[in-house]
Amino acid sequence: MTALLSLRGVTKRFGGLVAVNRMDFDVTEHQILGLIGPNGSGKSTTLNLISGAFPLSAGSISLRGQPITHLQAQDIARRGIARTFQLVRLLPSMTVMENVKAGAVFGHRRHWGHEAEAVAEAMLEKVGMGGRGHMTVGQLTYIDTKRVELARVLAGEPRVVLLDEWLAGLNPTELEEGIHLIRSLRDEGRTVILVEHVMDAIRSLCDRCVVMAAGTKIAEGTPTEVLSDPAVIRAYLGDDDA
Amino acid sequence: MTALSPRDWGNLALCAIALIIAACLPLSSGAYNLTIGVTIAMYTVLATSWALFSGPTHYISLATAAFFGVGAYVTGIGIQHLPYWTLLPIAGVIGAVMAALVGLATLRLSGVYFVIFTLGLAEFVRQAITWIQNISGTKGIYVLTQITEAHIYWQLLGLAALVWLLGWLIGRSRLGFALRIIGDDEQVARDSGINTARAKILLFMVPGAVAAITGAILAPRYVYLEPALAFTPMLSFQVVIMALLGGTGRLWGPLVGVIPFTFLWEGISASFPNQTTLLLGVCFLVIVYLLPKGFVGLIDAARRRMRNSEGFA
Repeated sequence: MTALLSLRGVTKRFGGLVAVNRMDFDVTEHQILGLIGPNGSGKSTTLNLISGAFPLSAGSISLRGQPITHLQAQDIARRGIARTFQLVRLLPSMTVMENVKAGAVFGHRRHWGHEAEAVAEAMLEKVGMGGRGHMTVGQLTYIDTKRVELARVLAGEPRVVLLDEWLAGLNPTELEEGIHLIRSLRDEGRTVILVEHVMDAIRSLCDRCVVMAAGTKIAEGTPTEVLSDPAVIRAYLGDDDA
Repeated sequence: MTALSPRDWGNLALCAIALIIAACLPLSSGAYNLTIGVTIAMYTVLATSWALFSGPTHYISLATAAFFGVGAYVTGIGIQHLPYWTLLPIAGVIGAVMAALVGLATLRLSGVYFVIFTLGLAEFVRQAITWIQNISGTKGIYVLTQITEAHIYWQLLGLAALVWLLGWLIGRSRLGFALRIIGDDEQVARDSGINTARAKILLFMVPGAVAAITGAILAPRYVYLEPALAFTPMLSFQVVIMALLGGTGRLWGPLVGVIPFTFLWEGISASFPNQTTLLLGVCFLVIVYLLPKGFVGLIDAARRRMRNSEGFA
């Protein structure tokens, strides 16, 4: 199967610190890829490199074989890669509807007017926030802010969705709903890259996992394969417990 | 762009009637009232166009005097060679190009650099013109025309109508929506697919062009033009204060700040001519601390309270 998104030798240096070191991986269409690893291993930085928030120090990224390495974040978003943030980022002066409309108006497919509102309303419905478009951001609970952020991302109709710890901090019921929601993204034809710590979610959602430690890829395979890999256990638990 | 609602048509009709009534001022009042009218119209144009960019983006521009001064000099120099009416669009184009260059140089940076750069720009242009005058041996320029105070007032009123119309159109456009998103969170804006640099530069060209045209219109009023007058930094600060006093959240917000502040400033200038800068600073502090969202914020809060109390009744 040909790769939808490919990373080759992707490296990011912040001064003397190498946050991501020669990362290689492919994601094929309709796949959920888990990007896992201990805190500080470079997972979110990798997402930031894919989304164009940071420029690469070395290496290349391509989407459907087309290089996107040197594109600005807005151009990458328009090509169909959208992301959520580790700390939810909503537009505080706007209503829920306007927040989601931002994705519909400027994303991969560009809608306007009633059409954009219809797309935004449909995405709110999809994430379980239907009929609450008039609310202000300040009125939302934590899970609802995550839902609205995801609705904004989906309203841009992206091919690739980057989720940065989207399931963190949810209670068991919300987690179940979240897993169901992310699975539905794949079922409708999207590709998802998931940075996540919740192991249950990784096992039940991911088709493949890439494990990072200290900025480097240490394992790749199905969740069962990587989670039983001694190198991964060492990275999470340390040498003494492995 | 979406279709106009009956309410939009109603608001447009109200604005047209208000403009027609305002246009009658030179026909019905004395010279003093007309002078005040020109000052109010001038600051309305400057503060409204300033708020179009700085309101949604929260980038505080102190470059108004730079654009205004350049516009005034376009009239001052050009009036000897070209018909007056051609000078206004020329000033507008020069102001827009200057703003685009400033934008290219600064808008990729954070807001603080932008504020300092814009403040420095007015001073730089003033010093450059002073230097040119010194080496050429001239001191200032006489702007002698047949243009009266009433003509200036009507031109400013026409420009104000254009700025409001433009602001209203921008507010309903993708560009206006993009600017609001940028003001809330620039990274989200970029990740949503907005070319933030282009949006900011495009909109920054509006106050640049408008301030330059305003300067070109006002030049005949000064008769004798010199850099210290055309590029006074007080103008930039007053525009910011008036826009903040009124509130930048609505198109009509700056007007609500300009009218009371013009009268307050008249009083301060007459009673404390040697302490004007000090009192301007005090006004700025009082507005920022007591009215962070201006009169518009007060009106919106009162409306919300009324709606809530109706909801409980």
